[in-house]
Amino acid sequence: MAGLYVIIAGAGKVGWNLARELIDKGHEVTVIEQDRRRYLTVEQELEHAVQYGDATELWVLERAGIQRADLVVAVTGDDEDNLLICQVAKEKYLCERIIARVNNPRNLEHFKLLGIQPAVSATDLILRLIEHEVPRYGLVHLLDLPEERLEIIELVVSDTAPAAGRRVLELELPEGALVISVLRNGSGFVPKADTVVESGDEVLVVLDPGLEDAITAQFVADGDLEE
Amino acid sequence: MFVLVVGSGRVGSSVATAALRAGHTVSVLDEDPLSHERLDVELGQGWEEAGGRFTIGTALEMDALTEAGIDEADVFIASTNGDNTNLVVSQIAQRRFDVPKVVARVLDPRRAAWYAEQGVETICPTQIAIEQLVAAALVEAD
Repeated sequence: MAGLYVIIAGAGKVGWNLARELIDKGHEVTVIEQDRRRYLTVEQELEHAVQYGDATELWVLERAGIQRADLVVAVTGDDEDNLLICQVAKEKYLCERIIARVNNPRNLEHFKLLGIQPAVSATDLILRLIEHEVPRYGLVHLLDLPEERLEIIELVVSDTAPAAGRRVLELELPEGALVISVLRNGSGFVPKADTVVESGDEVLVVLDPGLEDAITAQFVADGDLEE
Repeated sequence: MFVLVVGSGRVGSSVATAALRAGHTVSVLDEDPLSHERLDVELGQGWEEAGGRFTIGTALEMDALTEAGIDEADVFIASTNGDNTNLVVSQIAQRRFDVPKVVARVLDPRRAAWYAEQGVETICPTQIAIEQLVAAALVEAD
């Protein structure tokens, strides 16, 4: 991956450090910063590799040479700006690779709607890590493949859960969910239709994204959550 | 018609008021409660008393857009003070909520022109001002 020309919109901590790393790796970088004071600070180190201007203005992007950019990375503190910069880079200047930073994870769906991918949210990444480390409601995400629309989660079956004591074929799982493994007394096995799920079992479920709540409701009883 | 106005500054509040006076159902979304007062003043009476709706929230919040009634909107007007906010929320209104008529205010002429080519209806006050100033100046010079 040598010799890319990368435009970075936003010279905050993310943009500045990204620029440093990319320059170290031998890439050509232009950072665009719209705050004059920040620009002057960053310019002392990055010199000609930083330009002053609003990266949502087309002429500023053109001045930075967006027509020949291999990659545009929008990491300003403003989600609308990041979205717009990437949309223009992709659709107007036909830049093949874009990466957008999402400041508010709730805006992720807007990036998806407008086809801006990948969109990276630090908040969302940390939330997911916390979810892995501190399983809430006994649910752990083992695997997320958003592109393939596939997830694998792990749940601990609670005492009074609807699933406890039922055979796998009797479970009221939504369409798009399948129990692929049961861990009991330290060993795992692939369940059959007549395998009885017991409380305390750890079950692995493969599912279409978005079904977590319906699945959790089967394996973890409401009353057991409060503890 | 059901008109949803996002961003109730000088432009948005006047458009909302005009739409309400013309007999339309009007809902306004703005993050600043003060903009509600502007509506009252523009209208010369209480906004809600006159049948208007008002929601406090930011343009990209789905909950706020839903509360403001975007699902029922026939017309969507994006008139916040941010060009990029207007362009993004307009596309959301078009693509996610299938609002039949969407108009965005965009101050930057080049951004307005390019997005218009992409199918987002834009109004560019700057371009209008430029044309009028040039016309006025040339008339003066004659």
